[in-house]
Parts: sequence; structure tokens; C-alpha cells
Amino acid sequence: MAELQQELKEKIIEQLSLEDLEVSEIGDNDPLFGDGLGLDSIDALELIVLLEKDYGIKLKDPKEGKAIFQSVSVMADYIEKNRTK
Amino acid sequence: MNGCYINGIANISAQKTADPNSFLGDVIAHEELIFRSHEFNYKDYIKPSAMRRMSKSVKMGVATSKMALSAAELEMPDAIITGTGMGCRQDSEIFLEKILYNDEQFLTPTLFIQSTHNTVGGQIALGLGCKAYNVTYVQASVSFETSVIDAQLMLSESPDKNILVGGIDEIAKNSTLLHTLDGHIKSEKLPILDLLDSKTSGTVCSEGATFVVLGGEKTKNSVAKIVDVETKNSATPEEIKVEIQRFMRRNEITIDDIDAVVLGNNGNVEYNHYYKNVQDSLFSNTEQLCYKHLIGEYHTASAFGFYIASKVFQFGNVPSVLKVNDIRAKTYKNILLYNQYRAKNHSIALLQQC
Amino acid sequence: MNKGIAITGMGIISSIGNTVAENLNALLAESDGISRIKFLETRHKDAIMVGEIKKTNEELVQELGLNAINNFSRTAMIGSIAAKEALLDAGIEEIDEYRTGFISGTSVGGMDMTEQHYLDYHKKTTNRRYIEAQHAGFTTQSISAYLGIKGYVSTISTACSSAANAIMLGARLVKAGKIDRIIVGGTDALSKFTINGFGTLMILSDEQCTPFDNDRKGLNLGEASAYLVLESDEIVAKTNKKVYGHVRGWANANDAYHQTASSSDGEGAYLAMKQALEVADIAVDDIDYVNAHGTATINNDLSEGIAMTRIFGEDKVPTFSSTKAFTGHTLAAAGGVEAVYSILSLQENMIFPNLNFKTQMEEFNLVPQTSILSKKMHTVLSNSFGFGGNCSTLIFSK
Repeated sequence: MAELQQELKEKIIEQLSLEDLEVSEIGDNDPLFGDGLGLDSIDALELIVLLEKDYGIKLKDPKEGKAIFQSVSVMADYIEKNRTK
Repeated sequence: MNGCYINGIANISAQKTADPNSFLGDVIAHEELIFRSHEFNYKDYIKPSAMRRMSKSVKMGVATSKMALSAAELEMPDAIITGTGMGCRQDSEIFLEKILYNDEQFLTPTLFIQSTHNTVGGQIALGLGCKAYNVTYVQASVSFETSVIDAQLMLSESPDKNILVGGIDEIAKNSTLLHTLDGHIKSEKLPILDLLDSKTSGTVCSEGATFVVLGGEKTKNSVAKIVDVETKNSATPEEIKVEIQRFMRRNEITIDDIDAVVLGNNGNVEYNHYYKNVQDSLFSNTEQLCYKHLIGEYHTASAFGFYIASKVFQFGNVPSVLKVNDIRAKTYKNILLYNQYRAKNHSIALLQQC
Repeated sequence: MNKGIAITGMGIISSIGNTVAENLNALLAESDGISRIKFLETRHKDAIMVGEIKKTNEELVQELGLNAINNFSRTAMIGSIAAKEALLDAGIEEIDEYRTGFISGTSVGGMDMTEQHYLDYHKKTTNRRYIEAQHAGFTTQSISAYLGIKGYVSTISTACSSAANAIMLGARLVKAGKIDRIIVGGTDALSKFTINGFGTLMILSDEQCTPFDNDRKGLNLGEASAYLVLESDEIVAKTNKKVYGHVRGWANANDAYHQTASSSDGEGAYLAMKQALEVADIAVDDIDYVNAHGTATINNDLSEGIAMTRIFGEDKVPTFSSTKAFTGHTLAAAGGVEAVYSILSLQENMIFPNLNFKTQMEEFNLVPQTSILSKKMHTVLSNSFGFGGNCSTLIFSK
């Protein structure tokens, strides 16, 4: 699981062009949206594509993302349970 | 007639033009047919958090608009009008290529969002929190001039407004290069400083941003008055000559009143005769200036003519690198601009010292 | 009194008809143009519904009498058809008789050709004449050449409010006496680029769109072109022309909230409607009908609805409908299409319905007009909003 969390942090930084951020600066339980990393609705759509492309998880409704993208650890849990690749 | 004053101007180009206190003092000799704008530290003007999704033209546009607003000592414009030929061309290109190469799968929204031409105007509004009029013109080589015409019209409707007007274009890796295939860009390299003497067809391509703050009233920051701007979609060289004469008559000036003419020559022998026809006749006794051997060609390159005129008024002299004939004006009060691209989208403008 | 700028001609091609008359018939018959994709090649063919113009590119080439080897994009061809109809309708034969201009709104311009040929340009020389189509203004260039307009020509590209902004600028230019007459509107053909682009935002519906419905699932993309001819009072008086109505009010404001999404209080839309009413110099009660932007996305309809309740008062919102369930969202052309529909509404004293509506939205007490309504009409307000917070309102009157 720690490995997946590390991998997700790297991918989030890359996919969302968070160039000024280091992997070590993202806590496993830091909120990704709002006060945490400060991500927005466009980032949520980017993460939905990341789920599909890298883990074979297809979300139909963007609203589902809200619960999944709470933090890196919540995201990792969800991916573990639902991944198809 | 109501006034239209340039109360602040800023430029980023392939030359070191971002410094408001210099005027082409140190010229960069470019070697490639497609060349980038001069490096600029965008972090001085844009917060890193805001910058992460910004493409080059957004960065150039936002930074240049901030410089122009600061030169005009204005915090909030009453309208934002932008001109761009291709908008955020690089992001549009990547999005298109992903569609084509990935068979329409795994696409992400950021690139698509940037692809709309009003992205720069929208981002400036977002950054400033400006809820005013915000429109973008995309008309080849008159993209900037049509923006100025809208602003002039707005100042005639309400002279107390301050309007932010800009022209922005960026290079993209592949789609710019495509123009070497259709002859818009030359096929053989040359020192870009020699562009105007080229004997071949096609031209070069670069990128940049010019922003002006236009107001109906002269202020202590005013650098020039835009007397008139006109565009013409298509015309023969002779028709252009007649049009320039009509333009001068309408503005009650004669050829003798014009101290310098700034021309958009871009080294394309196929279309050079549009310029040559007026250089050899109307303007044979007028100081002639050109600039595309310095900053290249792009849809909003002609905004650089407005920059040159403003700088000439401000500095009172012309850098020799711009001069293409031996006539020297004593003073600079009226400067006329003429530009076209491949016989289409002609623009004529008259700027006056103020 | 501010009477506005005279409208003397109209032209349109959309998924519900190839002429103004065909569009009117479809509107009156409540017959929509939304279907599965027939002509455009895309892997999303069976996943979405669109408002496609029922003509192939070959048919369009033939109809326009173009050479087989031409560089018109589909966007330029449908633009030429609609602009030509508008000119004929206005009885204009000699373009150069007066100072005549052209302003076209487009979002992606010739993207339909770019995406077809992009990967081949390096390999083959045959289609390189389309390379220039990657510049959106090239579409306008093709149409102006086809019509023979040589003077003031410009393109506005503010995403989905483009045509509305073109109509606004045209009205201002004529009003200021800068030009005698002008053809204004917009054109956008369907493309893989926009289908996939809106797809990434997850706002495309897999069914027929349902504007202002509580269960709306997103928009249907459409393709269309529509133009108006605006002429100065001098020409109208001199030639004793028929006048369809007037562009009476206009405004553009910016939401300055988000790159693509509309604000939750509909501030940009509110400001655009408010300022357009000021330009028209009329009261909110004077509006007989609102042709809403109403794309049927969760975000737009909520934001626009709130803006309407703010400007009119929740219990006093005039009869309103979105006609996008007929045509799909035709992007940059939408403001032109809906201008034509607004004027037809004035002409016919009819309000065209908001199709597919079932359930009122829970956020406010607004129900669109769901069937054809006969009503004495004087003034119509039309909204068009685009990415970049771009909000435009036009007001048309008899």
C-alpha cells in the first residue's frame, strides 16, 4: 500500500503540473481539495482520467470522484479494491 | 472626435523588449526560421500556483498585461480585449495529437480548456477579478487591429473608460512547422537580421505579446495617441495606395506630415510588392522603418508597430536597426503603420505624439 | 427613444433545417434535430447524441458551386450557405454599393479539416491547402471571399458566446456610423476535437438533452451557422426595405470565477442581462420571452436560472425556453441561431418550446415553456455564455 501511495503522489504531481511540490510534502491523509493541496474541479477530472488510464477504473459520474479523491490514502484504498490493471 | 490614448504599453518578443527603459539597444540575431520569444522570468508577475496550468501565451499575456497596467498606473480596466491568431496553440496541438494518436481515449480536460481562443483574456479577467466586457478577435494579421478598433469604438461610446488591449501568439512544436509545407515559412535558413533582403518566398515565425492600456483622456503616462485604425480584408497594391491616401485625407493630414512609416515587410518576395509599391511612391521621401527581421512574423506581430511608434515618441529617436532607407525625420510627431499578410488582412494606423 | 439597429436579413442552417423557412417549420412542429452521428467519424458515435446538419461535405461543395479542389472547411461551407441566404433575404445584390462588413464568430474554425488531414500533411502533398484552416479566422476568410466582402472583416472567438458578441459588435459599428451594413453571426461544424473536449469535461449527454430539468445529464453538441444582416437607418429609409426587427440591447460581462464553470450566483450572466437592459433602455417587465442559453449541463442551467431570478425576481421570470433541445449546443454559432429564433418568435408571435423537460429543478421555482405558445410579442432577450467566464445578452424588439 505504501508503494501505491508513493506512486500516486508522483503521478498527481506530474499529471497536475504541481511542479513546485515534492512527493515528501504530500501527507498520506492531507486533503487534496480545498485547504490541502488546493486542487479544483478540473484537477478532479484529470484524476478521473488517471484512474481509467493507469488502473482501469472507469467513473461514469464526476460526482463519484469527490469521495475517492479525499486524500492519497483514500484514493489508494479505492484503487486497491477496484483496479482492473 | 474622441481621443484614444496609449497610457501604458508593454511587450515581450524575440528581442529584449520587456525592459521599459530600453528601446532595442542590444539586438539578438536569430538564426532559426522559427524562433522563440526572449526568456522572461514570469514568476515575477505570476504566482506559481496560478502558473501551473498556464501555457506560454497565457504566461506572456498575463505578464505583459500586468506590465502595461502598471505603466498606466491602473489597477482595474473597464474592458479587456485581446487579439490572437492561434490562441494557446501548443495545448491545442497536444490535445489534437492525443485524439489522433490515442484513438480518442484517455484525454484530459486541461488542454481542451486552454484551446479556446479567449483563454488569455479570460485568465487575465480571472486574475484581476475583472467582470467587465471581455472579447477576443481572431482575424489573421488584423487580430490586434480589430481589437484596437473595438476599443476605439468603446471610447467613443464612453470616453472615461480604460481598456486593456493585447495581441498574443505563441509557437507550437508541430503545427507551426506545418507552415514550412504550405510555403508560409521559408524552406532554407538565413540569418534573420537579413530577412528583409531575402529573395525567396515565405517568411519566418516567432511569438510574443503586446499590451496597451487605452483611455479617452490624456494622462501623465500617455505615450501616444491612436488617431485612427482601419482594416481591409483584401485589396490590390494599387487599391492599398488609394486606401492609404483616403485614410490620410480622412484624418486631415498629408504625406508631408508623416514623419515615419512603419511597415510589416517580412521578406516574402511573393507579397513584398504591397510594401514596395508604397515605399517607392507615397513614402519615397519618408523615413521607413521595418521590424520583422527582429521579432519575426506571427498573426499579432503588427502590434509591434504600435510599440515602435510609442517608443519613438518616448525616446525621440529611432534605433538604426529599424531603418530601411536614408531619409531622417527631424522630429517625430506622426507615424503611420501599414501591414498585410499574403495580400490579405491589411491594416493602416496613425499614431501621434501627445 | 433608442429604437436599435435594423435587422433586414437572416440566414441559417442547422440540424433542423437548411433555411430559415425549414427551421421555422421544425420549430412550429416541435421536431428536433438530435440523433446519433451519421457523417462524422468518431469512436463515440454510439455513445452520444448530436445535432448534425443532414448534408455531406460533397453536397455542400455542390450546393455552393465550389471547385472540387477547394480549401473550404465544413465550418466555412455551412457559414457560406447561411450568410448567402441572409444577403439574399436582405435583397443585397451589389456588395460594394455601401460600406459592407462581415463579423463571424467561430470557436474551432476549420478544425474539421485539420483533424482529418493533420497526420497526412508531412506524407502527402494533396491536402496541404487545408493547413491554413488551423487558424480559425481562415474560415471567415473563405466566407468573405465567397460573398465578395473586401472591407472590414473580423472573427470573434469567445467560445460559445462568439456569435452573440459578433452581433453586438455589428450593432455598435452601425450605430456609430462606422459602417453602413454588416453581416453578423457565427458558424461551427461538429468535430472530433469538440466532441472529445466536452467529453473530458464529462458534460455530454448520452440521451436527448433536457434543459432546465432537475435530472438533466448534460448537453448535445450540434453544428450550425446563422447570420443576420444589420443595416443603418439611412439605407433602410432610402430603399424602403422590410425590417424584421431591431437589435435593441447588448452587453458582455465576465463571470471572472472559473476558466470553464459558471459561478453559483450567476454573476456574469446577471451583469450581462442587466447591462443589456440598460443599453436597450427598457424595464425588466418589457421582456416578453427569454431565449435562454440553457445548455442542459448541471452547472449552466443552475447558474443561468439563478441569474434570471436575480434580474427578474423569482416569481416574475418571463416565459423562457432553451431551444438547444432542437439544435444541440452549436457552440460559437449558438448566439446566431438563437438570434434568428428570437426574431422568428417576434415575427410569428410564437414562443418555441423547451423540449424534453419533465421535472422542475429543486433549486428554484422556474419552469420553462414546454409547448408552443402563441403570445403577442414585442421584446425578446437572448443569452449566450462561453468558457472564460464570457457572458453575453442580446435584446431584440419589433
